[in-house]
Amino acid sequence: MVTLNPPGSPQQATRGRTRIQTTRGYRVFQVCNALILTAVVVVTLYPFVNIVAQSFSSESAITSGHVNVLPKGFNLTTYKKVMSDSAFWQNYRNTVVYTVVATGISMVLTTCYAYVLSKRHLKGRKVLIAIAMFTMFFNGGLIPNYVLVSDLGLRNTIWAIVLPNAVSVFNLLVMKAFFESMPAELEEAAAVDGLSTYGTLARVVLPLSKAVLATMVLFYAVSFWNSWFSAFLYMDRSDLFPVTVYLRNLIAGASGGTDQSAASDTALQIASNIQAVTIVLTVIPILTIYPFIQRYFVKGVMLGAVKG
Amino acid sequence: MSITRTLDPPLDPPPSARRARKQRAAAPRRTWRQALRRDWQLYSLAVLPVVFFVVFRYLPMIGNIIAFRRYVPGGSLFGEKWVGLRYFRMFMQDPEFWHVFTNTLILGGVTLLFTFPLPIVLALLLNEVRSAKLKRLVQSVSYLPHFLSIVVVAGLIMQLLSVNGAVNQGLRALGHTPIPFLQQPQWFRTIYVSSEVWQGIGWGTILYLAALTTIDHQLYEQARIDGANRWRQTWHVTLPGIRPTMVTLLILNIGTFMAVGFEKILLLYNPLTYPTADVIPTYLYRVGVVSGSFSYGAAIGLFESVIGLVLVVAANRISRRAVGAGLW
Repeated sequence: MVTLNPPGSPQQATRGRTRIQTTRGYRVFQVCNALILTAVVVVTLYPFVNIVAQSFSSESAITSGHVNVLPKGFNLTTYKKVMSDSAFWQNYRNTVVYTVVATGISMVLTTCYAYVLSKRHLKGRKVLIAIAMFTMFFNGGLIPNYVLVSDLGLRNTIWAIVLPNAVSVFNLLVMKAFFESMPAELEEAAAVDGLSTYGTLARVVLPLSKAVLATMVLFYAVSFWNSWFSAFLYMDRSDLFPVTVYLRNLIAGASGGTDQSAASDTALQIASNIQAVTIVLTVIPILTIYPFIQRYFVKGVMLGAVKG
Repeated sequence: MSITRTLDPPLDPPPSARRARKQRAAAPRRTWRQALRRDWQLYSLAVLPVVFFVVFRYLPMIGNIIAFRRYVPGGSLFGEKWVGLRYFRMFMQDPEFWHVFTNTLILGGVTLLFTFPLPIVLALLLNEVRSAKLKRLVQSVSYLPHFLSIVVVAGLIMQLLSVNGAVNQGLRALGHTPIPFLQQPQWFRTIYVSSEVWQGIGWGTILYLAALTTIDHQLYEQARIDGANRWRQTWHVTLPGIRPTMVTLLILNIGTFMAVGFEKILLLYNPLTYPTADVIPTYLYRVGVVSGSFSYGAAIGLFESVIGLVLVVAANRISRRAVGAGLW
């Protein structure tokens, strides 16, 4: 196993370098650097603060352009309005269902394939790896995919979202790298104990891979939670939309979308209130779990890069 | 994908690898029949994933033959009759195509120009920070936008740039008249590229920060003894240390160059901004999916995919020749 320094931890290199005497120029640099980085934090967070402020503000305060970092005309009516919309909750539920089912299927396929690819002695392994890798650099394109999914009769079913994106090659390579790093003795011992390949995978390998499995689940879950285009492309019935498509229709409506006629000014402003609330409600799940999952993501990315 | 070689200093092969090699040397080459008898359980695990790749990745590639055939909606997946290069000639003669082609090159180029170097700069700045607390804060916050749905990002952009949004409030305070940013083609590239930077700069630092930790700090001491100041240390030690990572990411970026942020553009553009915002994938989406000219759309898509493949292969070859490191 690779032991990686998480980027946040103190590093040898830096420690070695801070011992030297600090020149005046370097101290000035340190101050500027701290200012620049603080600016990065502020710029990154500002849109969130702004949207939260808008979500609690009155329509009139937004239309007159007075809402910035603090809510003006504080009220919860917009929240009540959006949350009492049954279509919103229905689509939210769809997102949860799609994410759970898609992540489950993706995990099964990815784990099985990664395990197979990690077996160096396997005849034909190179071909199996090439089958996956080639798709990173060349893909069929939008139209053939669209025709395929339509012809398979997957339109307006959950499978149009789940199946075409079931295996991410990046995730596959991360898992393969992890399985390759496991000591071969473990599995030899399992074989001596009379476990089949399936038994070894289920009872020996997977229990020891909980960390990487958790990372993969998060990778898949976030990408399915955030996805909108498959649903937008393949679903015509609004009761099947995920919440991202609900939000997309809201903002497209407000901006005039692809219609020639620009939306009227008042429609735009009324919507901006509701848009803000919908955006906040859509990102809340991500924001609440983000602090806990962030380091798994970083680990996953580095595992993929270092061992891929 | 082997950033492996590039990030890891060459070490002794791990025991497991050494064992594997020994095993391979000992075991004679197996025939397929023997391999199947021995490993049929492993092969069985590969069946479903391979079916996935064949159906949802390779079948669409083959499906591209509708670019050379007339496709009738509801008819065969592979079209009705051969028409040769008709659809390719069609878009080659279509001025609208060359317009979106140019837009794609410009937008992709400008995006690469900013999204490639800026994470390196941020990683170097983070590497110089003394306070571990500030460093952690900046990292946590700057990774965050990466986890947002593109729809949410588009929503945030529209709110910020609306006539009464935060940006126009600032303009008004400075005595300007408000600008309807998303309705004016001259602003589209700026908006698109800044939002790409906003969303990706933090996440882009991860691999560089990892690479920075692998640089031997004795190199810095030697450089200092040689009288190198901080700036020269960065130039002569730090940058060469992360060069393999830079090359790898550059190749990956170039490979996706033509794909530009299709979904984001689709959400942000409108007919008023088509002059700068319309790119090959969005054009393809409109003629193919919206208007139903599947064969014409497939021809454009195939053209785009082939250029993408050529770009990756070319970038890889150049980088192998120039710096001796590539993706494969």
